[in-house]
Amino acid sequence: MRASLFITCYNDTLFPETGRAVVRLLERLGVEVEFRAGQTCCGQMHANTGFRREAFCQAKRLVRLYADAEAVVIPSSSCVAMIRDQYPGLFEELGDEGLRKDFAALVPRVNELSEFLVDKLSVEDVGAYFPHRVTYHASCHGLRGLHLGERPFRLLRKVRGLELAPLANLERCCGFGGTFSVKNGEVSSAMLTVKLEDVLATKAEFCTALDNSCLMHLGGGMHRQYAGMKTIHMAQILASTVKEPAEVAG
Amino acid sequence: MSAAAEQTVLDRAELDPAKAPPFPVAALPVLRNVQLRKNVAHAIDVIQAKRARLVAEKTDWQALRAAAAAIKDHVLENLGAYLEQFEERCTAAGGTVHWAADAADARRIILEILREEKADEVIKIKTMTSAEIQLNPFLEAAGVRTYETDLAEIILQLGEGEPSHIVVPALHVNRSQVREIFARRMGIENLSDEPKALTAAARNYLRQKFLLVPTAISGANFLIAETGGVVVVESEGNGRMCLTLPRTMITLAGIEKVLPRFQDLEVMLQLLARSATGERMNPYTSLWTGVTRGDGPQKFHVVLLDNGRSSILARKKERQTLRCIRCAACMNTCPVYRQTGGHAYGSVYPGPIGAILTPQLEQLRHAQSLPFASSLCGACYEVCPVKINIPEILIDLRAQVTDQERKTAGKFFDPMYVAMRSANLIFSRAWLFHAAQKMGRIGSRLFTRKDGWMHSLPSVGAKWTLTRDLRGLPRQTFHEWWAARERGAK
Repeated sequence: MRASLFITCYNDTLFPETGRAVVRLLERLGVEVEFRAGQTCCGQMHANTGFRREAFCQAKRLVRLYADAEAVVIPSSSCVAMIRDQYPGLFEELGDEGLRKDFAALVPRVNELSEFLVDKLSVEDVGAYFPHRVTYHASCHGLRGLHLGERPFRLLRKVRGLELAPLANLERCCGFGGTFSVKNGEVSSAMLTVKLEDVLATKAEFCTALDNSCLMHLGGGMHRQYAGMKTIHMAQILASTVKEPAEVAG
Repeated sequence: MSAAAEQTVLDRAELDPAKAPPFPVAALPVLRNVQLRKNVAHAIDVIQAKRARLVAEKTDWQALRAAAAAIKDHVLENLGAYLEQFEERCTAAGGTVHWAADAADARRIILEILREEKADEVIKIKTMTSAEIQLNPFLEAAGVRTYETDLAEIILQLGEGEPSHIVVPALHVNRSQVREIFARRMGIENLSDEPKALTAAARNYLRQKFLLVPTAISGANFLIAETGGVVVVESEGNGRMCLTLPRTMITLAGIEKVLPRFQDLEVMLQLLARSATGERMNPYTSLWTGVTRGDGPQKFHVVLLDNGRSSILARKKERQTLRCIRCAACMNTCPVYRQTGGHAYGSVYPGPIGAILTPQLEQLRHAQSLPFASSLCGACYEVCPVKINIPEILIDLRAQVTDQERKTAGKFFDPMYVAMRSANLIFSRAWLFHAAQKMGRIGSRLFTRKDGWMHSLPSVGAKWTLTRDLRGLPRQTFHEWWAARERGAK
């Protein structure tokens, strides 16, 4: 299987270690990974901030770029949700018939990372070793957008050495919400405080998720508070082995 | 306590969208209000837990939601015909139907009816629609005293507060505040804050009104086209009293409240009670049709209110907003509402439904900040009994607001607009994106401290670093790493 990695704009810039982990993990599982140099952004930030025409430009770029990809893997559930939930509306309103056809052909091949592992590769035990107490934050887009359900838990339970700490109010939003986090910075902060209460109560060493955007918000709050907990994208946990332990930045 | 503090117990809030400050500004005092946040979180946690239990016991919940959405969509597609049918049947049953294009129209019609009745007092069943048209202050100014009869509404009326929730309007008020308001306004010394004592005080106060005031105003949960009937559900029996003793009843209802058949209530009432209050059935479900000789009000008026609704009806995607049955499940589950309560929304309709309904009722002349008052977490859509895709409409309204604002000169240099335009240019070419990353990496060094994190950013970033640090930009982006690896492999 050949997978094309869409790293997403903010992972490329801010969280390259997540991308390196996805490559290491997939290659270890026998997947041939490619990376298309023309990629930039899925358009989610523009779409959710009301800049529809701009979002459309990026959506169109993405569909064109991956038209012939065997499978696209994206380590960001909100970007996958953007493609699945918002592209149809954008293309309906602003696109032409050709673009809609190309999109319809592409979308079944677009995968969030845990979907790709569990559904396409049919693996749960990826041979990872991560000897830490970890809690999982089910991001809203993973939970309600993609309905990832048990997939992340099934993957985490098979990680050797990992102690999974249940998180109370799992379904509650962390308060990131893209530009909401700055447009409504104070409300977003209040939501962060409430979320961190639950996250810190797990007494975990790491909080993981399939979305670095939530983790940037949670991790930023933890760092500000000297909370004694770190965030780590699940790809890094799954890539981690005895020989090559996870890269933990910050 | 000083005399001034005793006079105003409840926090004042501006709920007129034309005058209310934008959501992020209105939210600030609320976020600092310890008592209010505690009251709101406690109240919605209780309601949510009850709802979750009762929804879980319905194995056909998803089928009920689908049926309700289908019924409502059918009504909205044939709204004119069903409203005319309702008018015809209601008139045949002895009622009088009035059509109000906007709030001013509705207020004028209601005042004319009251003048005809020579009424200088009215008792009211809780109706958010009357709050929408700001009926009480209008009637008071015209010399008609209004008496709310719903317990929460009495608390707000006597405490001079505003509703912060559409089902539990005094959700933000706790019982020691209620005790203070009742003791002061009803002149009861030594009133305890036990719920029993407080409800007894309210009952005493209300009995006189029920017995003496011959004119009542209600809202409607549903109108039934095939019978011309009206349905009101409530928990306290005050509605039932208003429907029994007065001579004249005036019902104010939004045009979207009509259902085709009596039988449709089977679906709607199951969903509404469970979603709204976490009950299998509302304690009081009142249905009446026109006038029954010798029983209940002998004069009955219905005022059908448009007030922006038909403009929502005209929009294909947003039309589903009008499916709303005002259960408030969306606000009870909303993580934003949980922090801010209702007043920050500057509208009688707060929470996720308010964030889409209010700007549309205002035809985007006001309340433009509301579609942005959401993290788009999707919890509202998941609980909505009529399956309104609130996140989708929020995003659509954001686009409308942005299209409206970007034409104005003032927004051209707004940091958010500049950032969005630049980002679009940058994302259109990979080489530009990569150049911008390099520049950002160099620029960010100015703000990155020895620990490798940014603690304080300027402009739009300042709102981020309000409570969150940001890790300094890594030395190598992912695509640079990939390119280096490819070179190494060759």
